[in-house]
Amino acid sequence: MINHDTNLIAHLMRRAGFGAPHEELVRLTNMGYEATVEELLHPKDQPDLEMDVMNRYMGWRDLGYLAANQGYWTYRMVNSPRQLEEKICLFWHGIFCVGDSKCMAPHNIMLQLDQFRDHGFGSFETILNYLATNPAMLYYLDNQLSHKEAVNENWGRELLELFSMGVGMDDQPNYTEGDVKACAQAFTGWTIGNGLPRYPYGRYYNQFLYNQFDHINEPKTFLGETGDFNGEDVIRIISKQPATARFISRHLYNYFVADEPQVPAWQTIPPRDPELIRALEDEYFRSGYEIRSMLRVLFNSDSFKNARFAKVKSPAEVVCGTLRLVGDFTKPGPAIYDSALEIRYMGQDLLNPPTVEGWHTGKEWIDSGTLVERINYVTGEIGRVESPGVRYIINRLRAESEPISSDNLIDGCLEMLGGYELMPETRSLLLEHINLLGDLNDQNGSFEQSVGQILQLIVSTQEYQFS
Amino acid sequence: MTSTQKDPVLVILQLSGGNDFMNTIIPYTNPLYYDNRPNVRISEDQVMPLNDELGFNPNMPEFKSLYEQGKVAIIQGVGYPKPNLSHFRSMDIWHTCEPEKLADEGWVGRAIRDLDPNKDNVLTGVNFGRGMPRAMAAPGVPVASVGNLETYGVLTSIEVEQERAQALDIFSRMYSPAMGHGPVVDYLSQTGMDALHGADILATAPGKYSSTVEYGDSSMSQYMRNIAQVHIANLGTRILYTTAPYNSFDTHATQMTAHAGLCTNVSRTVNDFYEDLKEHNASDNVLLLVFTEFGRRVHDNGSGTDHGSGGAAFVIGDAVKGGLYGEYPSLEEDKQSEGNLQFNNDFRGLYATLLEDWMGLDSKPIVNGGFEKLDFISKS
Repeated sequence: MINHDTNLIAHLMRRAGFGAPHEELVRLTNMGYEATVEELLHPKDQPDLEMDVMNRYMGWRDLGYLAANQGYWTYRMVNSPRQLEEKICLFWHGIFCVGDSKCMAPHNIMLQLDQFRDHGFGSFETILNYLATNPAMLYYLDNQLSHKEAVNENWGRELLELFSMGVGMDDQPNYTEGDVKACAQAFTGWTIGNGLPRYPYGRYYNQFLYNQFDHINEPKTFLGETGDFNGEDVIRIISKQPATARFISRHLYNYFVADEPQVPAWQTIPPRDPELIRALEDEYFRSGYEIRSMLRVLFNSDSFKNARFAKVKSPAEVVCGTLRLVGDFTKPGPAIYDSALEIRYMGQDLLNPPTVEGWHTGKEWIDSGTLVERINYVTGEIGRVESPGVRYIINRLRAESEPISSDNLIDGCLEMLGGYELMPETRSLLLEHINLLGDLNDQNGSFEQSVGQILQLIVSTQEYQFS
Repeated sequence: MTSTQKDPVLVILQLSGGNDFMNTIIPYTNPLYYDNRPNVRISEDQVMPLNDELGFNPNMPEFKSLYEQGKVAIIQGVGYPKPNLSHFRSMDIWHTCEPEKLADEGWVGRAIRDLDPNKDNVLTGVNFGRGMPRAMAAPGVPVASVGNLETYGVLTSIEVEQERAQALDIFSRMYSPAMGHGPVVDYLSQTGMDALHGADILATAPGKYSSTVEYGDSSMSQYMRNIAQVHIANLGTRILYTTAPYNSFDTHATQMTAHAGLCTNVSRTVNDFYEDLKEHNASDNVLLLVFTEFGRRVHDNGSGTDHGSGGAAFVIGDAVKGGLYGEYPSLEEDKQSEGNLQFNNDFRGLYATLLEDWMGLDSKPIVNGGFEKLDFISKS
């Protein structure tokens, strides 16, 4: 009964997207693994969401309410046919953090997300150039207040420490305090234009401005090179550093393959999978810093294929993955905003990461508070036996075999949820519980209640917390 | 260990983002202050003096009043060698007591382990807020983390009572530690069990509480109210922790308005908390530590201040010998450390004082060494 090809596709879709319902997994399995990877890597070949519908029901997103924009993004993550586009968008958002608590302009952050969608698969140098001219980012790290006479180092430091190179690798620092100063000087004059007033017509996007009269036109020494560098020069120099290739490779690994130690440890703790990291670094340079090429290497690697359930799900993955299974959020509706709030309650306030370092990932997503949020949310959603996704599962199991054994019921549920695997101890507890449920083959309605309960128990396991 | 109502309790309020010490405790008679702060300054006529050199930020009248009652120890110039100017790293250092190397075990987590080595009470340490601070993380140490005290519980989405009871039974057996599945699964198991136990007990706290004190609406105020509720409910909780909204004190820009609001909120909230405990005759065994990961640059940047070092911490409570501890770091240019205040007072000595002279623990293994203690706790 267990289809290993489908389980591998389920793994790919959990990582390169937010999971997929069983019907979709069957379609992709027939298409084949490598073809599915290519489809994911070229999201623009897929139709976008129906923007007319989005604008009709979610047109106020420009007004600048955080919760509205979180709902909008959650809707995209759940429903976009371009799954990897939303996943890579979340990837960059988790590194290039901009927080609404400071910016108070989520529409400017949404503009940044559009840039991640449009350019997030391209050259890292291009991505950094968009980042450095994004009004939300410039404001978040105060670069509009960095002047020739009074340099503000916030953006210059974080560009190096958190956005491109990291503090160090192989036990060596990657840059000095002098490099931070030079970097900050190179970005003097990179500022933003005033936004128009908020009312009466909603908020307007801020614009990037370069003020040449507020730029330090002097020779600077940055990472061993000397010249009258401007911001683009600094980005060009950063992009060719081996430290940058390492930093991006480790981030891709940590996000798509398996949980790594947190970023500050990277100076001293070597990569978990040095071979794959080396292959990604090589591809970074070979391809001219292209993220799409690195992802192709990553998804087709054995390391990736063997890394099933090697990651703790992020809150967005928990919520959006569950909604994709349940399948009744395919049209915009008010309940999507509640779903977006759940992501916040589990510790991932989208568009508002806690600090410029972003969210801690892996097992740090879990504490006794957030575990309670996860379990309560997922069991609540999966327990709705009237939802289309749960109905589909019940009907498939009913058609599968009759009479159905307890073992087949559990295996069937696991497969329909996306090829999950249980520890033997967990499995025997579920079998024990099924015996309490009475006759499984009673067709008078208790069958679907039984399936609903088993599904609820499966999603409240430790095993379900892993992707 | 069984706790009685009068076991010493430590409450920690973390001001995330790096609070500007120089505009909290202001050296208002020092001309160098005004030279260095042409824009981000509090004028002398606004400062609320506490002596003829230093004064409180004008938005902190409640703090000043507590200080005058002898309830506040101001720990000046607190920091650590070779200051790190990254929020993340500096907060990690404060959390782990490891300035030189990376560590993931927190000092509060270790203290909880020493207070309750047999894990008799999963609520020995409680965090309020989403996401546990690294300070409280230590392998095998249960810490409850409560986002919303009123609705805290497991599998609350299963409405039919009998079904929920069955599910909770299975849940408790599924999460009972299964060996040999690796550290992350072990961690998950432990977390699930702790959540289950803690939820049952914490659910009783709000019902036991009523108060005339009305806290503000900010999340920090509400979490401090939750801390008061849990302390007053007498659940044996010894260390309670919360964090003011992440990085809210990171005032690189438009600091004058932002910092005024922050000071107002901290001052009022701390005072409300103290009044609430007093009303319930529950203040005498509580000390409140207020700290931040670093101070800010001596010279302002035109509209705000950049990351610095050598900040201040506050310890507040009935058992405090009020006053100034440590020295106010010099503003002389040659005594600064690359434009930042030079620390003169290791934060691990502050922790050691709280751990030994208040909680009755051996501080050396918790803070990674011996550090000079301060004498701010009355021994009566």
